[in-house]
Amino acid sequence: MTSLTVFYIGLFYVATLILIAGLAYRIYEYSRTPAPLKIPTTPAPTTNAGVAYRMAREVVLFESLFKSNKWIWVFGWLFHVGLALVLFRHVRYFQEPLWFVVEFVQPFGKYASFAMVAGLAGLWARRFLVDRVRYISTPSDHLILALLIAIGLSGMMMSFVAHTDIVNLKAFMLGLMTFDFQPLPTDTILLVHLTLVALLMIIFPISKLLHAPGIFFSPTRNQTDNPREHRHIAPWAAALDRDNG
Amino acid sequence: MAAPEFEIPKFKEHLEVPKIQEGSMAHIKSFISPQPTQEFLGYPWELGEDWKERALFKMGDLLGKYRSLRVFMDACVHCGACTDKCHYYLGSADPKNMPVARQELMRKVYRRYFTLPGKIAPWLVGAEDLTKETLADWYSYYHQCSECRRCSVYCPYGIDTAEVTMAGREILNYVGMGQKYSNEILGKVQKIGNNLGLPGPALEDTLAGLEEDIEADTGVPVKMPLDVQGAEILLVTPSADFFSEPHVESLIGYAKVFHAAGVSWTLSSHASEAGNFGLFNGNYETMRKVAMRIRDAALELGVKRIIVGECGHAWRVAYSFWNTLTGLGFDGKDPFSIELQQQLDHRYPQPMHICEYTWDLIQNNAIKLDPSANDDKVITYHDSCNVARGSRMGDEAGGQFTIPRNIIKAVANNFHDMAAETIGEGTFCCGGGGGLLTDDLIEVRVKGAYPRMNALNNVVQEEKVNFMATICAICKAQFTKVLPYYGFDRSMVGGVHQLVSAAIKLD
Ligand code: HEM
Ligand code: HEM
Ligand code: SF4
Ligand code: SF4
Repeated sequence: MTSLTVFYIGLFYVATLILIAGLAYRIYEYSRTPAPLKIPTTPAPTTNAGVAYRMAREVVLFESLFKSNKWIWVFGWLFHVGLALVLFRHVRYFQEPLWFVVEFVQPFGKYASFAMVAGLAGLWARRFLVDRVRYISTPSDHLILALLIAIGLSGMMMSFVAHTDIVNLKAFMLGLMTFDFQPLPTDTILLVHLTLVALLMIIFPISKLLHAPGIFFSPTRNQTDNPREHRHIAPWAAALDRDNG
Repeated sequence: MAAPEFEIPKFKEHLEVPKIQEGSMAHIKSFISPQPTQEFLGYPWELGEDWKERALFKMGDLLGKYRSLRVFMDACVHCGACTDKCHYYLGSADPKNMPVARQELMRKVYRRYFTLPGKIAPWLVGAEDLTKETLADWYSYYHQCSECRRCSVYCPYGIDTAEVTMAGREILNYVGMGQKYSNEILGKVQKIGNNLGLPGPALEDTLAGLEEDIEADTGVPVKMPLDVQGAEILLVTPSADFFSEPHVESLIGYAKVFHAAGVSWTLSSHASEAGNFGLFNGNYETMRKVAMRIRDAALELGVKRIIVGECGHAWRVAYSFWNTLTGLGFDGKDPFSIELQQQLDHRYPQPMHICEYTWDLIQNNAIKLDPSANDDKVITYHDSCNVARGSRMGDEAGGQFTIPRNIIKAVANNFHDMAAETIGEGTFCCGGGGGLLTDDLIEVRVKGAYPRMNALNNVVQEEKVNFMATICAICKAQFTKVLPYYGFDRSMVGGVHQLVSAAIKLD
């Protein structure tokens, strides 16, 4: 086993640990923090099923974004749908035998990378071209876009220009999961791709990428509009009723 | 109206998003709350040695108590979708009035002290130390937000800048930088019973005078009962309804509706205010104390139903929070809420909006109307932000938009809506809500009213609209003040029940 392989084994364990533990901690924190008041942005659904449907529209279609800005919506949606397909296609490195759906998505996932990178490029352009967005952009906003574009382009290089040894890569990945370590192919593009991916995993739980779990916890979107019918009360607020009710 | 010392934005057929002008509103500073006012609310009145520790402590405290703040601090991706949604930005072009930038004033401090990247590499993620300048910025820009929630409609994660503003003001109060206007009102409502500081006997006189006026006007003895034990309905309404124009016209409208329906009703001198400025300042306990007056009055008078008059933020607090804060609603399982809930009539929603009540009567043909009485008017309707985006009426989502309009169409013949993107859930705030309705913020109020004034101007030009109805005491007071800045007559604004009052037939 080369030191390179050992390094990447370590890197991926660390990155995975940070990603999972970090996200779990954030989600625990969000779920533990009470929402003392009913604050859905109305008009809001009056039933739980309605809320699930509203949330699904937000996550799948970016409904509110569609209402507010068509350019951001187009670029953002292209990027995220592209990303979802690409990630789905990537399941093939971690699974044997493959699900039927993962096989089915292979050709789409490959070309979805164009949508993904084009969307990212559009979002990035807005950070320079629109004065209001330029004003609110921080260095990390630019760097995250750069990181995702670099991951996308390095991946596309492998898909469309200089193929890597997918069979051995898959053996390496499966080996990570079963603690049966295998050597990693050594072409530079792959190593770049993997390093950047590990970086993405590490920053995920400490950056704005927390919007992904965050949206599900947003009280303005996940609460039902039924305050007259049901008494909603947080534990720390209920204590007030007992003390000076 | 004295000549303004600032520029008033010009009308456009289509609202334009201005180019940013950094610092254009940085000079705004609402009057600071003095010692007695702060003391009464349990806050300091100047920065102490330990102001920084106190501010960070309070921030941590709020982050632990409010999921909204907790999630909103992390989730924003700086996408920019909200940047052109705030009426204060559209009217002033100051980039710190963009919702995301307003949040960022707090987020940069949050990042610096509560997140890992902000602690190790502040320059990378836009984190900044908390300084006295930061506090000054907070004070200025958290009093240029009317907490109208328009931004939360358009943010892909529903980030509600109002929640951030409320938290910001609570932290400011906690270090000794309260706002005079809101905090004085919070004192008056708790000491005297209403925001205007109108004592019980004065209220009694006012109501007696109004009864005389109505009788002189219509020949019908319509009553305005006060503190009647055992009345069926308790009406809780903003105190401005008792003596401000045009508010009082709506109060007369409610009284006529109750008279025509033949129900027993009463006002309460203890709860002579529906408004609850506790909402604006992010202090749950204060908001609860102010709301408890209504619970106490309801228990004391033994009423069966509680109806709320025309007031936007009051209706948000009543509809969305009263059940939580005071048990005024249904389905409470604890002794505290059961005590009140067993007294209330379960056949009706509790609390109920006066528009829900009137609309029910209209649908059941229980009151007679003559819409031609309003034929001198061409009417449009301004959705008040707290009603539109923080509450509901009726059984269906969106009833808060249809019910008031249905009433207007039943009591008048000429109605035209303003442009679709400026009403309903996308309604533009009047510019004076959320604790900004004070003369020391007149520049903010006039500039913030611009998007609404522009939409109004378009229907004035195209449809000859000459009356804008609304159901909010703050909107009415704000428009009465700012309409003249835009060349309109101040009497163009009035309540929905003002129209009902003109059309209802009494016998
Ligand atoms: C539940 C899943 C997710 C939802 C609902 C979601 C939704 C959104 C929305 C609505 C936006 C704003 C519009 C835009 O700029 O595209 C956004 C931005 C962004 N998302 Fe996601 N997202 C999700 C997952 C992810 C994941 C897994 C990643 C990264 C690996 C990601 C990366 C980004 C980035 C970098 C931006 C900012 C783009 C910019 O700088 O303008 N998102 N997301
Ligand atoms: C451990 C995780 C990952 C591994 C082992 C991996 C590996 C690969 C490989 C081997 C390819 C080339 C596929 C081919 O030759 O057909 C590829 C392509 C690609 N990768 Fe990754 N990748 C990983 C994570 C990611 C992530 C997180 C993203 C996005 C944020 C990403 C984005 C892409 C894109 C856009 C392509 C090109 C399109 C495609 O073939 O699907 N990869 N990746
Ligand atoms: S809540 Fe209203 S006033 Fe405040 S930032 Fe959002 S849009 Fe502007
Ligand atoms: S719309 Fe929401 S996520 Fe986008 S910049 Fe505004 S607050 Fe942030």
